[in-house]
Amino acid sequence: MDMDMDLIANILFATIRTGTPLLIVAIGELVCEKSGVLNLGQEGMMLMGAVAGFIVAFHTDSLMLGFFGAIIAGALMSLLFAVVTLQFYANQVATGLALTILGVGLSGFIGREYVGEALSSVDFQIPFFSSIPFIGKVLFSHNLLVYISIFLAVSVYWFFKSTRVGLQVKAVGESPESAQSIGLSVLKIRYMAIVFGGAMAGLAGGYLSLLDTPLWAENMTAGRGWIALALVVFASWRVERAVLGAYLFGLMSIMHLVLQSFGLSVPSNLLATMPYVVTIVVLVLLSRNQQGIKLHAPMSLGKAFHGAR
Amino acid sequence: MNKRKYSWLTVLVIGLISLGCVTVSLAKDENKGPLKVAFVFVGPTKDAGWTYAHDKARLFMEKKLGDKIKTTYVESVPEGADAERVITELARAGNQLIFTTSFGYMNPTLKVAKRFPDVAFEHASGYKRSENVGTYFDRAYEGRYLTGMVAGLMTKSNLLGYVASFPIPEVIRGINSFTLGARSVNPKAEVKVVWVSSWYDPGKESEAATTMINMGVDVVTQHTDSPGPINAAEKKGVYAVGYHSDMSVYGPAAHLTATVHNWGPLYTAKAQAVLDGTWKSENIWGGIADNALDLAPYNKVVPQSVQAEVDHVKNLITQGKLHPFAGPINDQSGKVRVPVGKTIPDKELLSMEWYVEGVQGEMSEE
Repeated sequence: MDMDMDLIANILFATIRTGTPLLIVAIGELVCEKSGVLNLGQEGMMLMGAVAGFIVAFHTDSLMLGFFGAIIAGALMSLLFAVVTLQFYANQVATGLALTILGVGLSGFIGREYVGEALSSVDFQIPFFSSIPFIGKVLFSHNLLVYISIFLAVSVYWFFKSTRVGLQVKAVGESPESAQSIGLSVLKIRYMAIVFGGAMAGLAGGYLSLLDTPLWAENMTAGRGWIALALVVFASWRVERAVLGAYLFGLMSIMHLVLQSFGLSVPSNLLATMPYVVTIVVLVLLSRNQQGIKLHAPMSLGKAFHGAR
Repeated sequence: MNKRKYSWLTVLVIGLISLGCVTVSLAKDENKGPLKVAFVFVGPTKDAGWTYAHDKARLFMEKKLGDKIKTTYVESVPEGADAERVITELARAGNQLIFTTSFGYMNPTLKVAKRFPDVAFEHASGYKRSENVGTYFDRAYEGRYLTGMVAGLMTKSNLLGYVASFPIPEVIRGINSFTLGARSVNPKAEVKVVWVSSWYDPGKESEAATTMINMGVDVVTQHTDSPGPINAAEKKGVYAVGYHSDMSVYGPAAHLTATVHNWGPLYTAKAQAVLDGTWKSENIWGGIADNALDLAPYNKVVPQSVQAEVDHVKNLITQGKLHPFAGPINDQSGKVRVPVGKTIPDKELLSMEWYVEGVQGEMSEE
């Protein structure tokens, strides 16, 4: 019995740890999409964040500065995306894909000299609380970023629910024409939303290269950016569902590892596709209900807005 | 209209920049002089794993043969159509010996080799050969057996963990050999296997290792290419055994030793053969005796007695007095698969698809 509780605690712990980078990226992309901009460049921005974070931390020996570097790198990448799509009205889907390709190549190039280097891993424990049985293990023995990600999710939830700016972002995402006609600067709001998304993607990349596996490896995000994109749709653009979905996807991505170590043979490829399958199911369910789509999906998502000055 | 033109132009520019980042420019000069030897690598040369070992061998060869040869390499070449293009360019650039160092380069290598009959090709880990394509690999299972012994002697829980990539004979052979080595010194040792369906995913590899450690495993090893599992072991305060190269930098306390490929002597011999005009297509499967692989230095936590015991068996293997796959060997169900006095022949080792006794879990379906 004791053993079982331990095991469940470990699984839940791992769920939260693998779900966290997904959550951070998804929150960023959610804000971005709420403003009507679809940025498919998550994977590229994450990789740039991961490599920049690693390089900075490697030279300064400071995790803090490393994360700062990761955020800046992600934000700069998204700024490139913002300029291309907002200033030059480029197709968002194509630009996003190009951004991913750019991020994969550029991060590999920049990180060449750092492949094979190691950071000392740091563990963070909340005193007292982490020693509570079960709950201490599941909830209080994570690294700091896990708590920051939850704080971020709560803040973004509050941002959309109760702040004026949050409402403005949503308005721009629904109908940039109307938003502009009441005096909102569509361009400014979209710039901010995109850069926030980039910063979050960078932060998530830093989570991978600084905390999760403290090393830099080419393409180390291994598709997590794409899963996060699916997650936003899965969550039908709602923050609380994104949190739930991130942990659900996190659980799905480790479940086959857990089952295997029990000695059960499971087709791991099949399990690995689960996040995408679930997302497709949610998409189908959503599109059956026109009202549901109208309520949640930003109406101008992915469309360039030409009305700006 | 103008705006649209603009947008596509921008996308194009970004695309081109990113392409530029991954393309490696190849030298075009074609002067008669030193023998030109080229390498195609699947990963970056500093990946701390598979490709790193090959690049180290390239440098070894350069040092041995000096200005008799000139080497180039192209790294991070994806398996498939890209590989064919890169190999073709290398052949066209006047290289007379080309090493293609990943399993997925097998068909591209054969295809290009047909068009360049005067160039010698060497393909690692494949099984298809032709007039001018030879194949080579090392008997990594010998290292697995020895590192299995180390793990078997160092474990306290008698549970060892194996992070595995794909259920192909090469990987299964390694799992079996590791298990046999561990149980030769510790009959109670059992090996858990978790398949991650990837050669390279640091996050997933480390998660797989962590999961097993949570279930009582106290020595993990891997047949994947990233140091993720070593890192997980270090974090969890247990031991790890590396693969491909010395990975101790990722887990100074955890890393006990590693199976390390040593391609240098083979590469040097092959280049010398081309220089002498004696090169021929063949299959080379070298072991410790041929200096084709070795163990990484032991961690200082490995007691002298353990080191001595493992070194002794290493000597026996080198002298041909001990074969990891010599009977008696039982399969998972406890049935005798190889009787006393028999040894599994190479042909069966190369197509192995059953687990020996002591491996936990079923084989993942392909």
